[in-house]
Amino acid sequence: MSAVAKAGRAFSLPGKGSKKRSRVLAALAILGAIILPLFYESGSPWVEDYTIALAYVVMALGLNVVVGFAGLLDLGYVAFFAIGAYTIGWFASGHFAQVNIHVGVAEQLRDVPGIHLNYLLIAVIAIVLAAALGAILGFPTLRLRGDYIAIVTLAFGEIIHRVAVNGDEGVFGIGEFNLTNGRSGINPIDKIDLPFVERFTTLDLRPWYWLALAIALVILFVNVRLRDSRLGRAWIAVREDEVAAVSMGVPTTKVKLLAYSIGAAMGGLGGSFIGAFYEQVNADQFEFSFSIFVLAMIILGGLGSVWGVVVGAVALSLINTRLIPDVFNSVPQKIGLDFDLTQLGFGIFGFLLVIMMVLRPQGMIPEKRRAAELVDHIGTGSESVYEVRK
Amino acid sequence: MSANGSILETDGLTKIFGGLVAVDAVTFAVRRGEIASIIGPNGAGKTTFFNMLTGLYKPSFGRVVFDGRDVTGARPDKITKSGLARTFQNIRLFGTMTCVENVLVGRHSRMRASVWGAILRPPFERREEGEGRDVARELLKYVGVNERFHNTVASSLPYGDQRRVEIARALASEPRLLLLDEPTAGMNPAESAELTQFMQKLREERDLSILLIEHDMKVVMGVSEHITVLDHGEKIAEGTPQEVRNNPKVVEAYLGKQE
Repeated sequence: MSAVAKAGRAFSLPGKGSKKRSRVLAALAILGAIILPLFYESGSPWVEDYTIALAYVVMALGLNVVVGFAGLLDLGYVAFFAIGAYTIGWFASGHFAQVNIHVGVAEQLRDVPGIHLNYLLIAVIAIVLAAALGAILGFPTLRLRGDYIAIVTLAFGEIIHRVAVNGDEGVFGIGEFNLTNGRSGINPIDKIDLPFVERFTTLDLRPWYWLALAIALVILFVNVRLRDSRLGRAWIAVREDEVAAVSMGVPTTKVKLLAYSIGAAMGGLGGSFIGAFYEQVNADQFEFSFSIFVLAMIILGGLGSVWGVVVGAVALSLINTRLIPDVFNSVPQKIGLDFDLTQLGFGIFGFLLVIMMVLRPQGMIPEKRRAAELVDHIGTGSESVYEVRK
Repeated sequence: MSANGSILETDGLTKIFGGLVAVDAVTFAVRRGEIASIIGPNGAGKTTFFNMLTGLYKPSFGRVVFDGRDVTGARPDKITKSGLARTFQNIRLFGTMTCVENVLVGRHSRMRASVWGAILRPPFERREEGEGRDVARELLKYVGVNERFHNTVASSLPYGDQRRVEIARALASEPRLLLLDEPTAGMNPAESAELTQFMQKLREERDLSILLIEHDMKVVMGVSEHITVLDHGEKIAEGTPQEVRNNPKVVEAYLGKQE
């Protein structure tokens, strides 16, 4: 019987003892992350790099919900970065100078034209807009599976990029409304101004870092909670065997759309922060390569593994902003070659991915279930409910 | 409709794949509290028929009425929620989930926790989750899965136990009609006999009706009160085991025509 042959190596899921140990490890890691910027000067480029790394952690954890938990390959994740970034672009700058709306912002901004909302409001708007966009993207992919989902999401990401590039004169060629200001982008974007703390400045980067850390921790917490919930189980079920899942009463459509929406909401939140941190939003930030970059983070770290994704995101982000431009950039010259290593960034990431796929496809800190699926090929269902039902 | 005591009725149920009529205008009923069987040679359309009952296939023609409600073409998860659960011919457990988790997925439609509930984990959600786990463990014990396997990954269990977990998973949705697709496939005679007894116990203790597809004639004749015979997608006979056994059409379908 095929089911007997299918039964793979037994693996056990973590018990109580290892849970306690990982809790202690997590607490230490978080504590370390909190005090980290105190070892650097307040405006140090290192703090800047760490902050960006944390923003990428948020994005990667969001994509992990879609790809890692629900098993839906999404190559258009940049769309949600874009919507989050434009949210802060629209609602915290002078872009819409024809109107004057000020909610909860500092004195010195009160006279500046445009829409200026407090960052907390913007974060909520970014989450809601991105979640809605996530559901819209999810809808056409419901009937598809695997590679086909990848193609549709890829196209979706590209559509958003094109809208961003050409959005300075109408949207989809309709009207003359300047929505995105194209490649020139929207800038400057207001500094983040949170209640009870001083307004953020470009001189002291620590508050930015701590805010990014706080967002990352919240998203991390949400990831863990979702993973261990009824919805998390439904995602695993849908990922492993959609037909069996729907027959057991799991509404597959709803569960998949929730994955897209939640993942997108996290991307939108990360995007709104990055927009504020860079103080600008422009269409060139939303290239396809961003989607691949974030995907590489979760694959390197370990699909579905929350801590793996964190490590993957921090590692790749720091390689990108620190290791390649600062440490390795002089290497080609030293060995008598004349090229700019920073131009090869994606080549290096591609190479890392290939190495990883060959040596350790389950990632640096693998998730047990995902490892079993990838290495032992447990989990069989391949047809989608739509295909079966048509 | 349900007044006459049927939990499930079909009327002219038909499925056509391309040019092939897989199930041809089958009209049949399962009475409340009954153990009924569908038998027939390979390729007779039994599983296709099952898939239409559970919503996995949309019928080409005809109607399915479950518990007095027309569920023709309804989504499988909705049908499960309305009280009809199934197992699969080729076991389809979620291989990387533990037995308890598998059963919890079966309980999905009876739980309410939302996204916010999952994130914030309020007391009601904690309670629901805890109760769900208790129910799952109870069900596993009930179907005879040894407690030491409860937190073991389903794919590493022996074959017979996997079948049992699948039944527990189906029971977790609190069905009123249980559909078993060849539950004794791959079992030895002793295990089959055990399962036969178990089905009777289930029906009595859980207020269930059971409909099964089965090849093992000993099981079918021993457990069923009503048998429907399909051949080439058509219903060729139905009745008590005795009636069916002596029906010349059935003998012909199984053994071929006597020259």
